[in-house]
Amino acid sequence: MTNYSYTLFIPLIPLAMFLLIGLTGHKFKPIVSGYAGTLGLTVAAFLSYITAIRYFFIEGAVDGTYPMIKAVSTVWLRFTDTLHIDLGVLIDPISVMMLVVITTVSLMVHLYSLGYMKGERGFARFYAFLSLFSFSMLGLVLATNIFQMYIFWELVGVSSFLLIGFYYEKPSAVAASKKAFIVTRFADLGFLIGILMLSFTTDTFDFKTLTSLDGPIITSTAGASFMGLSVITWSLIFIFIGGAGKSAMFPLHIWLPDAMEGPTPVSALIHAATMVVAGVYLVARLFPAYAIAAPDALHVVGYVGGFTSLFAAVIAITQIDIKRVLAFSTMSQIGYMMMSLGVSGYGDHEGLGYMASMFHLFTHAMFKALLFLGAGAIIHAVHSNNMTDMGGLRKYMPITHITFLIACLTIAGIPPLSGFWSKDEILAAALHHNPILFGIGFGVAGLTAFYMFRLYYNIFWGTDRHYHHTPHEAPAIMTFPLLFLAVASVFSGFLPFSHMVTSDGKPFEAHTDMLVAIPSVVIALIGITFATIMYKKPSTIPDRLAGSIKGLYKASLNKFWFDEIYLFVTKRVIFAYISRPIAWFDRHVVDATMNLVGWTVTTASNKIKGLQSGQLQQYAMVFVSSVVILVLLFVYLISK
Amino acid sequence: MTFQDILLMRHELLLSVLMLLILIIDLMLKGESRKSLIPVSLTLFLGVVIIGFLPASEGSIFGGMYKTNGTTLLMKNILNIATLIVFLQSAAWLKKEENNQKLAEFFILILSTLIGMNLMISSGDFLMFYIGLETATIPLAALAAYTHHQTKSAEAGIKLILSSALSSGILLYGISMIYGTTGSVYFTEVAAKWSNEPLNIMAFIFFFSGMAFKISLVPFHLWTADVYEGAPVNVTSYLSVVSKGSAAFVLMTVLYTVFPAMVEHWQTVLYVIAVLTMTIGNLFALRQKNMKRFLAFSSIAQAGFILLGIIGASQLGMTTTIFFVLTYVFTNLAAFGVVSAISNETGKENMDDYNGLYQTNPKLSLLLMLALFSLAGIPPVAGFFGKFFLFASAASQSFYWLVFIAVVNATISLYYYLLPVKAIFINKNENPIPSFKSDVYTRTGLIIAALGTLLIGLLSISYEYIASLSYGLQ
Repeated sequence: MTNYSYTLFIPLIPLAMFLLIGLTGHKFKPIVSGYAGTLGLTVAAFLSYITAIRYFFIEGAVDGTYPMIKAVSTVWLRFTDTLHIDLGVLIDPISVMMLVVITTVSLMVHLYSLGYMKGERGFARFYAFLSLFSFSMLGLVLATNIFQMYIFWELVGVSSFLLIGFYYEKPSAVAASKKAFIVTRFADLGFLIGILMLSFTTDTFDFKTLTSLDGPIITSTAGASFMGLSVITWSLIFIFIGGAGKSAMFPLHIWLPDAMEGPTPVSALIHAATMVVAGVYLVARLFPAYAIAAPDALHVVGYVGGFTSLFAAVIAITQIDIKRVLAFSTMSQIGYMMMSLGVSGYGDHEGLGYMASMFHLFTHAMFKALLFLGAGAIIHAVHSNNMTDMGGLRKYMPITHITFLIACLTIAGIPPLSGFWSKDEILAAALHHNPILFGIGFGVAGLTAFYMFRLYYNIFWGTDRHYHHTPHEAPAIMTFPLLFLAVASVFSGFLPFSHMVTSDGKPFEAHTDMLVAIPSVVIALIGITFATIMYKKPSTIPDRLAGSIKGLYKASLNKFWFDEIYLFVTKRVIFAYISRPIAWFDRHVVDATMNLVGWTVTTASNKIKGLQSGQLQQYAMVFVSSVVILVLLFVYLISK
Repeated sequence: MTFQDILLMRHELLLSVLMLLILIIDLMLKGESRKSLIPVSLTLFLGVVIIGFLPASEGSIFGGMYKTNGTTLLMKNILNIATLIVFLQSAAWLKKEENNQKLAEFFILILSTLIGMNLMISSGDFLMFYIGLETATIPLAALAAYTHHQTKSAEAGIKLILSSALSSGILLYGISMIYGTTGSVYFTEVAAKWSNEPLNIMAFIFFFSGMAFKISLVPFHLWTADVYEGAPVNVTSYLSVVSKGSAAFVLMTVLYTVFPAMVEHWQTVLYVIAVLTMTIGNLFALRQKNMKRFLAFSSIAQAGFILLGIIGASQLGMTTTIFFVLTYVFTNLAAFGVVSAISNETGKENMDDYNGLYQTNPKLSLLLMLALFSLAGIPPVAGFFGKFFLFASAASQSFYWLVFIAVVNATISLYYYLLPVKAIFINKNENPIPSFKSDVYTRTGLIIAALGTLLIGLLSISYEYIASLSYGLQ
């Protein structure tokens, strides 16, 4: 077996960069921090590519199966012989794939930010946080056990919090960062409960043991059950709640649109390509457990994913802020991935959904990062997030225009771009397992094409606005990542994913199912056509249409009032009827008890100060009498 | 006895040679050049510390009076590291003009006590043990009186020698009764012939009181505050860390190897003493205004916590005790290091003087904060893990009430450990201690202590290593 222990450096290099920039960044010119961070990420990306090439192409499958290798592993905390928290590096198809995704997008974002964040206050801080995030995310995907993943899971949450709140002088950014942290942290509570339940029943944290076919989850059929579901099922549902929080699944999605307050490169990296897919990755990581031991939990995953993808697509149609359109689109696409996992079985062609989900994760990372970076270039040029302030930009920003168009075509699923291939596999998997979810996925494909081209036309076509400064193309350091990601979006669909990333590690042949492919392309084209009619030239159709379905339009524009519902529940119900009585109890009962203890202690302390007189003869007397008392006491006790 | 056998005494022999070397070098140095003794001694001692870590064989010599194994080596190495940090932190103070004449004395006295402690740890019978104990105690009195022109220092020396004479007397009395009842002073034979007669119990209590004096357990602690306050800061830190740590090690080894037959009885004794020590130590620490006195009482309370490990009478108990002492070594030396750096630079030792320290000396302030957090047991610093494992060990032996009392005491201790932190960061001061830069030795010492405080708890390998060498009742 090949030695992969060098992969340890892939997360450690960004960590070193974080410490270096964070501790000494202020001593140099800001740009030095940017270069240092980018250089570190370049090395990490290089190592990741080497690993991927070695793992998939040089070593390849052993006996027809891609092995799960623990490249590095040390015991960190030992509870029992089997139950211990390790720290290590796990190499398997999905972790290697994620290495490539994370380092590629992160490197592009590092490069892009050299231009985008130029002259910002806190430039060094930005790069320090970016490195911290890259470290945490890489640590998350390389985790050998669920507890290590949990640790990095929280670190990712912290770095996301720091980056959303990067403009900490802006109240809306601060509020958004708090919201993101609290909502995901709340979901992580479910994750933690799930981990505890799972480790309690299976006596291990280790992924390799948890997912092996003769491991404790899959072989254990007996055990306590609650409401008709076994403990394993419950624990996997709880774990999924954590994943749903990070991946902004309904109803824990409310933080993601607000998270767009962060700098745009951050949105591209964290809130589109990497961190938000952590939930998908988590389910994929434990997939054999879900698929074999807890199909009920997997159904939950599938329906939540399917519903979210539809829900978010409907909202995306009416949003004005271009980053929010992209945010809801991200939610919708992640819902797609979750749905795809939910309709997957285990092994061979049954595992088509699993493969499709990972495939879509990969292609989505590329084209969604491209969309966000393109949006960043646009925002950079017109100094506004709203599409009402844009229009006709294709003349001013040719490169951004072309790359953005490519990304829109990709996400709409037009062949032969990458999005077509991955989406096609998802729909094919859904069709064979769950017709309802297939219907949803099919509809969402049309909606996606529509809202993406609404966005595209509103930005690049439509009326030409009067701009304060004439918008101009972004500098080369920003357009290079756009071009690179555009190339990746076009060609990544040709990767033979079914030969690399599969549910059981064994390659299988996937075919393009014409029965699915043709309708899905048709519906995408219909969506694009509608968008073209409505938005390519200024027209009154959109307003008339909005007027005719006023209720639905308002609901979508207001994101179905979910923020308001949450505020009502927390402020009016929880704060008023639960928190306030507890606060009173705390102030009047708990505090009073503590004050009493404090008073007792200080009084006692005052009373005994005479014991320490400073006189040696007294010390000797206490010494000797203590000995005598002890002797008498114990001789008495023992002789009794 | 072969050469191989003699090498078993590696630690003691090296220290003796080093002591003699320093004596000889001191003879050759005159006037200002005397100061070069500091780097020379430090380098040589560093060598001794490193050699101590080389793998060694186990065995016993002098007919079983002296024995060595992995555990004793580990204990000796911990003491060596602690002493090295003390030396590093003392350099700035030793360089002062007033100490020029008696520079060598400091090293020699400390080294001789260290030899005594090593002998105690390795002792296989009560005679060797007693010789070690005295070697480890009498020079301490001289050290406490090191700045003898200061009344307080002289007073500390006198108090220490008189108190320890008394405690030695009682301890020796205990040993004589042990000999009288069992007919032997060898640990193994005493253990084999032990019976729980009233006379034996009395002998045990006498012996225990002597050890309790060394660890400054309540009610045998009264000397501690006065001596700690009067002695020079660096001597105090040596007393509170190395001397106390070694005594705790020895008490544990003796209890586990000599008195397993009366384990329930000595567990009860320890129970009572632990509760008294934690509580009284805390109650006194609450009111202290002098930093040295404050740390003295804090170290009394900490000693009470050590008993929670020893009382376990199991392999887990020994592991947690050694681990706790290890964390305590780094933590307390970090705290004493800062106090000594400030005291050497400005002569200020009161808590009020520390008001606003963060404005002028942020690094020292942060380090002191870290040390106090560790002493209070706040995660993720070493002290938390030390306390946590101790509590876990005691709880695993069903001492739930004891653990409860310890938790309450740990909470109380949080209050007074935060007082200096409040002084440093929050309290205002018109003229705080001016900003200063310590010399390279002090800084090295502080950095080692800080790293230990930060990392020991997180690196599980240290705990695993200790666990692999520990043993339970013999």
